[in-house]
Amino acid sequence: MFHIYCPHCCEYREEEEFHASGQAHIPRPLDPDACTDQEWGEYMYFRKNPRGIHHELWVHAAGCRKFFNITRDTQTYEIKEVYKIGEQPSVVANSDQ
Amino acid sequence: MSDVTLETPEEQPIKLVENQLPDDNTVGDKVVGESPLHHADLDSIAQKGPQEGGVYFREQKLMGMLTLRCVPSAAQQKTIKSLLGVALPMEPLTSVTKGEGEEAISVRWISPDEWLIIVAGDKAFELESRFHEKLKGHFSIVNVSGGSTIFEVSGDHVVDMLKKSTAVDFHISEFPVGKVVSTVFAKSGAVICRIGEKHFELVVRRSFADYLWLWIQDASREYGLAVKA
Repeated sequence: MFHIYCPHCCEYREEEEFHASGQAHIPRPLDPDACTDQEWGEYMYFRKNPRGIHHELWVHAAGCRKFFNITRDTQTYEIKEVYKIGEQPSVVANSDQ
Repeated sequence: MSDVTLETPEEQPIKLVENQLPDDNTVGDKVVGESPLHHADLDSIAQKGPQEGGVYFREQKLMGMLTLRCVPSAAQQKTIKSLLGVALPMEPLTSVTKGEGEEAISVRWISPDEWLIIVAGDKAFELESRFHEKLKGHFSIVNVSGGSTIFEVSGDHVVDMLKKSTAVDFHISEFPVGKVVSTVFAKSGAVICRIGEKHFELVVRRSFADYLWLWIQDASREYGLAVKA
């Protein structure tokens, strides 16, 4: 019983319509062949696991099937902000500033 | 390897769309379409079963459904309007319906770049062909008639029945006539459109049609279910 705002449908929907797809803002290296193993490994495998503010990619799987970003507090589950792909979050953790 | 001669096939125009309905002339006997609930024999239930109830159920059989995907430019929107006879609903969760019976056309917003167009079963191929003929630019239109079927539910207790099946708020102030949502419906999925205050249309997957028909029977039992032909 947890409502999530979909920025494409422009309304709150039940959590069961959504799926979390992990950390947001992970750009694929523009030239993969020029990456070092470490750069590629970090892109491929290493993810943040913060306590507090976390930017996540979600998909409205049972609705419009669009991806969007959520800024969520991993301690309280509170959703601080919802924003579309390509936009930047306005709520960020102090350590990220 | 060297013995193999690769023949270039004669140039044939690529057929973008094919009519999914069988051509009566080529198969001799007329092929009768069977809807996903054909086995339930709803016509007999409608005759022999209860005529009154809190929930009325009807399957809109073998409707034509097209999925249109594009981010329409102004010119494309104009062309689409001339093809459909109605403008694309650009506002989220809205739909437009025009005409009645065989001529009826209904366009539903599914996502910012996707619409579901519902027409009579034998009109889908013609409309799809006209899209390929007239609409320019980047778009996709696919005939998805075979993948889904439409349930029409109505009656005084229809909202009570729907409430058991999905978490969407069906209060008339939140869910006015014409609104359309894609959502989880009884652990399956459905595109739900309100076509009247106590009248809804559910586009459901054909593989889930039997399950959802059983579900709706169960959910409607306390209100009384009447099937319409």
